[in-house]
Amino acid sequence: MATTFEAVAAIISETSDIPLEDITPEKNAFTDLGIDSLDFLDIAFAIDKNFGIKIPLEKWTEELNENKASVDEYFILSKLCARIDELIAAKNA
Amino acid sequence: MLLEYFQMIDVVEDLDPANGRIVARADVPLESTVFEGHFPGSPLVPGVLLIETMAQASGFMLLARMKFEKMPFLANVTGAKLRTFVEPGEVLRVEAELEHDGSGFAATKARISRDGKKICDSQLMFRIMPFPNDTLKNNMLDRFKQISHSPTE
Repeated sequence: MATTFEAVAAIISETSDIPLEDITPEKNAFTDLGIDSLDFLDIAFAIDKNFGIKIPLEKWTEELNENKASVDEYFILSKLCARIDELIAAKNA
Repeated sequence: MLLEYFQMIDVVEDLDPANGRIVARADVPLESTVFEGHFPGSPLVPGVLLIETMAQASGFMLLARMKFEKMPFLANVTGAKLRTFVEPGEVLRVEAELEHDGSGFAATKARISRDGKKICDSQLMFRIMPFPNDTLKNNMLDRFKQISHSPTE
């Protein structure tokens, strides 16, 4: 069974046409991988469907716009995957 | 349909916001300036306007689902298939269903048919954003009331 990171990396690679080997846990989806907000909608859609969750993009965007959080907190892939794991755990609780 | 004004939906025939479904009717006009260019001597509804028609049906369903608190903007068209021509005077059935209700976005599957025959279909994705101003919000509400037989509440 693929880990959360492996599944997310595969989604990003397929959705954004980025070689899988370039997608590593320490990369920031936006600043390192060059994914734009429209591409990230596709990624969020695929992640939501794959894991049966709902990534709270609106809340994250609001916090970023209000400088309550940094882009790295949500979009470094290791941190994104940790948040996905939290959402999966909450769903299964 | 008033093609020049991008008013693509004429009647909402069935709407189930809670379950994310809409059925609408679009009456293709007999005459339009659009047909003067597309195409001279062989008028056809442009495929992009058929996609817009599917987007508007999806959009009205999403607006009703969100009680007109936010606005869906078309962001992505995936796998659109334009299967047959649409000529002036045809009556189209437009259907859309919610595929995914995300955070800040929504995806639908939409299709247009005529007398049971498939015309086109596509997956559509929308960004869900605040209305940029009250003018647009009020216009959407007014337009929805014009084409809808059922109240939004």
